[in-house]
Amino acid sequence: MSENHQISTMDRVSVGLAARYRKERRFRLFGISAIVASLLFLALLLASITAKGYTAFRQTEVLLDVYLDPAVLDVHNLATANYAALVRDAALALFSQVESRQDKRIIGKLISTGAAYRLQDLVTSKPELIGSTRPIWVPADDEVDMFVKGHIPRDVPEAERRVSDKQASWIDQLVAADRLKLKFNTAFFQAGDSREPELAGIRGAAAGSMFTLAITLLLSFPVGVAAAVYLEEFAPKNRWTDLIEVNINNLAAIPSIVFGLLGLAVFLNFMNLPRSASLVGGLVLTLMTLPTIIIASRASLKSVPPSIREAALGVGASKMQTISHHILPLAMPGMMTGAIIGMARALGETAPLLMIGMVAFIVDVPNSFSDPATVLPVQIFLWADSPERAFVERTSAAIMILLLLLLAMNAAAVFLRNKFERRW
Amino acid sequence: MAPAMDTILDMRDVIMGKDEAEAAVATKARKVDRDQRTTVGVPFVEEPRMICREVNVFYGDKHAINNVSIDVGKNEVLAMIGPSGCGKSTFLRCLNRMNDTVASCRVTGEILLDALNIYDKKVDVVPLRAQVGMVFQKPNPFPKSIFDNVAYGPKIHGLVNNKTELNDVVEDSLKKAGLWNEVSDRLDQPGTGLSGGQQQRLCIARAIAVRPEVILMDEPCSALDPIATATVEDLITELKEHYTIVIVTHNMQQAARVSQRTAYFHLGDLVEVGPTDRIFTNPRHQLTEDYITGRFG
Repeated sequence: MSENHQISTMDRVSVGLAARYRKERRFRLFGISAIVASLLFLALLLASITAKGYTAFRQTEVLLDVYLDPAVLDVHNLATANYAALVRDAALALFSQVESRQDKRIIGKLISTGAAYRLQDLVTSKPELIGSTRPIWVPADDEVDMFVKGHIPRDVPEAERRVSDKQASWIDQLVAADRLKLKFNTAFFQAGDSREPELAGIRGAAAGSMFTLAITLLLSFPVGVAAAVYLEEFAPKNRWTDLIEVNINNLAAIPSIVFGLLGLAVFLNFMNLPRSASLVGGLVLTLMTLPTIIIASRASLKSVPPSIREAALGVGASKMQTISHHILPLAMPGMMTGAIIGMARALGETAPLLMIGMVAFIVDVPNSFSDPATVLPVQIFLWADSPERAFVERTSAAIMILLLLLLAMNAAAVFLRNKFERRW
Repeated sequence: MAPAMDTILDMRDVIMGKDEAEAAVATKARKVDRDQRTTVGVPFVEEPRMICREVNVFYGDKHAINNVSIDVGKNEVLAMIGPSGCGKSTFLRCLNRMNDTVASCRVTGEILLDALNIYDKKVDVVPLRAQVGMVFQKPNPFPKSIFDNVAYGPKIHGLVNNKTELNDVVEDSLKKAGLWNEVSDRLDQPGTGLSGGQQQRLCIARAIAVRPEVILMDEPCSALDPIATATVEDLITELKEHYTIVIVTHNMQQAARVSQRTAYFHLGDLVEVGPTDRIFTNPRHQLTEDYITGRFG
């Protein structure tokens, strides 16, 4: 009887076996296709951004022989001298055959208005050069840049193109004379925002992001960890702490723009903190990041094995000693991971900052927490909104920088976790 | 098998009828209703270190320990045995107030350590736990070096004044725990890298580094192999010279080997207490007998 029973068990098992394995294969297939699909989309995104953006790292520049005319440059009044005129004269000197006023004006426009600033910087730093003729590379206008990079194609009718045939021929002349080249775009990394794409840079936004994130990290990490430790280790478990827990979880899911409105009402209108400042941005992002950090920290405190807690209490450590000597060090990697993920989210946040005025057009690179500033994602938003063709590639380039920063932060999270992780 | 055992037990009763009174008590105890349990045997000793009187423990509404009164004698090993869920670990954890960490846990009655009621509101658990150390079921060294594991207690209690004294305490504790020879050349390596038996001895060293008066052991050998178990048992026998030890164990041979007195718990009641050899050879209560003869448990 027992043998019969065994045979029937085996039979039944083998009948179902094929179906079981089929199920497993199907599940694996689903998993793999999901991963492949997401990787494809990611690759598509990265490829499109890179394809659009990589050209922004090079900028068309023109070599001008500028005569630093002592009649124009007064050594005692270098700040107000007419550098633009010197640049225009130098540009016209390249095209001696051009006669008409209109053409001369168009030639002047081939050169970026930023050329005057570059000239001013040079003269201010080396006044002894006045009176000589200096070869200087100056940025070309954004439309020249676009034409050189091929974003304005030659084969469309002249009426539909931003660069006329005449301008194109002048550009070709410059290229032939080796006076027009694509050079590394230092302005992009050193300048603040500008209405002129060729002068616009991400330094201001990057500095703003840095200040904002510094505030966010300095406030949200200690406060978040302290809140998590209190709620997890000290708070009594009652209706109030349940309510607090539910609300913290809810806060983590609140649309970030609501935090922006809160910041506008409280920090700007009530506390009268400076508008557009990274200080306020940091405060708003702190509000937004806190729930994430608290939740991650609580989870990581919970994951510390109770045996460690008991061991410490068993040798007579006080509650605070147990926490600070044993629980916190063990929970720290998880807390840091949570904090960095929260920071990465804060770095990419746009909506709440719009509410507190960080969307303003700010040219200067901020130097302190109270200076008007903008942040990288808002800068991307602003540039994406600009009509100039040259801002398209700058938008993509800024996105690349932002993604690189995010990647660096996530890598730091992984590194910290591995470094501080302990086994028990 | 079961009827044979009964016969043997009956025979033993007949053969062993040395003490009429004792036999009468035993027979009476078997006849009483199983729900009505008063402790059989003498739970009190002449020179007690800890005195527990009418201790009740509740987890919320659950009555986990029912009116337990027992003494723990000086320099003795008291073994607590009983089936799973009988409350012996709960009772053990009352002795240094480790149950305080369980929010729903409520303890009534008196537990005295050298005439001090440890459940008095004025008593601070930190010095109490320095006096009553604990070794847990699963070895739980801190994820720190071997040295730091042992040095932690003396450091936080300020028992040492300088590095030399600390070194001495660590060496002494590791020697007492029988671990010194195995780890003396790698004190800076993580305690978690030791084998299970070594980890448990490290935890014992950590407990005795604070120089407690009583050491509570909650099934200290349940995660160890027989060789490591033997080492720990030898250690317990040696530690008895200096310390009072209360040990919870599922292993009855272990209780028989290491303890002087044994307490049998059943569903929150202290059913029987007595000298270990008497409990194992001549249990007076039916439940004790059933348990130690392996009829349940």
